[in-house]
Amino acid sequence: MANGKDTVAENFYNQSTNKHTGILSWLLTVDHKRIGLMYLYAILTFFVVGVIIGLLMRLELIAPGRQLMDAQTYNALFTLHGVIMIFLFIIPGLPAIFGNFFLPIQLGARDVAFPRLNLLSFYVYLAGAFLALLSLFLPGGPIDTGWTFYIPYSVRSTTNVSLAIFAAFVLGFSSILTGINFVTTVHRLRAPGMTFFKMPLFIWATYATAWIQIIATPVIGITILLVMVERAFGVGIFDPALGGDPILFQHMFWIYSHPAVYIMILPAMGVVSEIIPTFVRRTIFGYKAIAISSLAIAFVGYLVWAHHMFTSGMSDTARWIFSLLTFIVALPSGVKVFNWVATMYKGSIDPKPPFLWVMNFIFLFSIGGLTGLVLGSLATDIHLHDTYFVVAHFHYVMFGGTGTIFFAALHYWFPKMFGKMYNDRLARIAVVLFFVGFNLLYFPKFILGYMGMPRRYYDYLPQFEPLQFVSTVGSWILAGTIFFIIGYLIHALLKGKKATSNPWGGVTLEWHIPSPPPLENFKEIPTVTHEPYDFSQLKEMKDE
Amino acid sequence: MSSNQEGTAVHVHRDDLGAKIGMWLFLFTEVLLFGGMFLVYAFYRIQHADHFRVAAMELDTGIGTLNTIILLTSSLTVALAIAAIQKGNRFFSVLMINLTLIFAVMFMVNKYFEWSAKISHGIYPGSNVMLELPNGQILFFGLYYVMTGLHALHVVIGVVILGVMLIQLMKKKITQDNHVKLENAGLYWHLVDLIWIFLFPLFYLIQ
Amino acid sequence: MENHVKKHPGYSTYIFVWLALLAFTSITVTVAGIDLGNYTMLVALGIAAIKSVLVINIFMHIKYEEKIFKVFLLLSLFTLLSIFILTLFDIIYR
Repeated sequence: MANGKDTVAENFYNQSTNKHTGILSWLLTVDHKRIGLMYLYAILTFFVVGVIIGLLMRLELIAPGRQLMDAQTYNALFTLHGVIMIFLFIIPGLPAIFGNFFLPIQLGARDVAFPRLNLLSFYVYLAGAFLALLSLFLPGGPIDTGWTFYIPYSVRSTTNVSLAIFAAFVLGFSSILTGINFVTTVHRLRAPGMTFFKMPLFIWATYATAWIQIIATPVIGITILLVMVERAFGVGIFDPALGGDPILFQHMFWIYSHPAVYIMILPAMGVVSEIIPTFVRRTIFGYKAIAISSLAIAFVGYLVWAHHMFTSGMSDTARWIFSLLTFIVALPSGVKVFNWVATMYKGSIDPKPPFLWVMNFIFLFSIGGLTGLVLGSLATDIHLHDTYFVVAHFHYVMFGGTGTIFFAALHYWFPKMFGKMYNDRLARIAVVLFFVGFNLLYFPKFILGYMGMPRRYYDYLPQFEPLQFVSTVGSWILAGTIFFIIGYLIHALLKGKKATSNPWGGVTLEWHIPSPPPLENFKEIPTVTHEPYDFSQLKEMKDE
Repeated sequence: MSSNQEGTAVHVHRDDLGAKIGMWLFLFTEVLLFGGMFLVYAFYRIQHADHFRVAAMELDTGIGTLNTIILLTSSLTVALAIAAIQKGNRFFSVLMINLTLIFAVMFMVNKYFEWSAKISHGIYPGSNVMLELPNGQILFFGLYYVMTGLHALHVVIGVVILGVMLIQLMKKKITQDNHVKLENAGLYWHLVDLIWIFLFPLFYLIQ
Repeated sequence: MENHVKKHPGYSTYIFVWLALLAFTSITVTVAGIDLGNYTMLVALGIAAIKSVLVINIFMHIKYEEKIFKVFLLLSLFTLLSIFILTLFDIIYR
């Protein structure tokens, strides 16, 4: 394996896959690491936009009545916040950035199976993002249907619905291309000796995710096409005035959008399974159970979509079946959480920032998961449906789950990706601030929802004011923390200390190569002999 | 596997099996895309069984059967084209791809006459004739236009892909040893055929 | 990486399959004329299923490919089937 010294100058930043230099060597690159970084910059940009929109919404809600904007603007903003955060940040977030960067390295491959397709999927993503933004500025105005595009309003609304949902279609295409690439890569490009059960768990999770991307995304694709055709020609497929059934639209929408929740959370669980063994110096407990539970979640995730529709008017039989199936998803998720905790038992825990982020995740995600059960049972859902309780629940799961792990992954792999270390103390402060801001922002929403505050409302009754105020203050702390994190990471990028090839003492393949990695990752394709989290190899890695 | 030295060359390797896996994964997305449409169809057929039957009387079983035979035959010619190039018979392969393209055009011409006959009877989305019909029949014709239309779009895409393959075949970029592109194009064409195999009985044979 | 060449069938197999497909088409058209009540749709879909098995196995070479292709295919179809069945629980019992 490469030794650190004579490869100092050689890394993927100064080696290019094409003959160009400067910006073109990035824009036309087929290197999975550069594509991953381009995704990072694009996705982070949209994330910041989404955060700012969220701040504006919270500011409007600080007191009853009009503060900043009129109701129509508020409707457009919450739709936009949802569309940006879901389609542009959280769905592509972990797979496209960290999957692209680390999946080939962890497999011991030089690149993904279809490098040019990989670049294409990045540009398809940008095209989708461009269309989404374009829909804001064209006559007709920004879409105001909510990110769920429910029929019949999405057929009646005079805003630019067609363009905005077409953007979602294009983004779905990008997601599919990434999925195809990853599944093929895992099947064809594993290093010699890397059997399926020697793959790191992040790869297992990304692999399961890629399958959901392939199998579920087309369903939203056709649904979106149908809504566009409906708006253009009035064929009547969903429009109740012509005999269509709006509930069928909801089915079609959630057949994708529920598995999409697992597109968001599975890679996050994979990252957790990477970070925990590294910082407790112990092999993961129940490796196979965690690996298989990823596939199980991916599959069971297809069977529960209609729990979003308990109050829609579908049949009672369907309601109890979906409620039952929903509880089954808790099993594989529980398998993961218990195994993570069991891994820490008697480990020598080294609470570095990435590990603290994971602790943050386990706490927030558990609250999100358990309140999910409250919503998944029929009787309580009737009371809580479409209230702030739901809003709080999915922010705990999505932001507290995937969003937290986005930062955990960034802190874990930052030294590998950029070859620089960030300030440890600032990172620890950020974790605490994030925790405080997050709970201040979202926990009051559980209570508000329970008291009857409906979601997506522009105005509210005076008795909700104190908790709404607390929530808005929380949003300032949380957003401030996010800008703080971006700030010290950029500072580390410019002035940080050089990172060694293995700053945390990890043992998966990415820690065997220099930071940042050379162009094709490995001088020679490694032969894998160890189990993925076998820390006895740390000693020989030091000798190399 | 050769490791390349310094510099700009990308590590190129050929992996036919990988390419085929990628193609099949893409086909699954197509299956699920049309699967979603078939789900919509099943949903409304159960709700409006009688209206569907009455509306289907309007469709021409003869023209549907003819198009089925055309597509099945075009599937055969693509399969033969691949078998031919595997045996190294470029001439026969080119001939078969050309035949496939001719069948595809025949299919589209039939489709054109079929649709224009419907439209001249005033049956198209949003027309006055349509709006007078009961809801179930509106749904039937809506689905008919959308599903066969989406299928026809795939035929057109297939024609473009096969056209590109034809050029590559004639320029000897597809050879006896390296024909995975043609195989993948063939897979796509067979999928178009497969979808028609289900569309045909669901729309033309329910009188 | 090995570029394995798997044995594919010759011209005659394809032509035979094509004849079978045409035969099934004529059967399904003929049967459609007979009123079988509730079974009409089942028979039509059954024949369509047989035809697609022929196309997938022979024309699309699944029969001659590695096992992984079959696993993938069954997995996808099974998922699609699950989605159908679960959705029908709504419409049938409404």
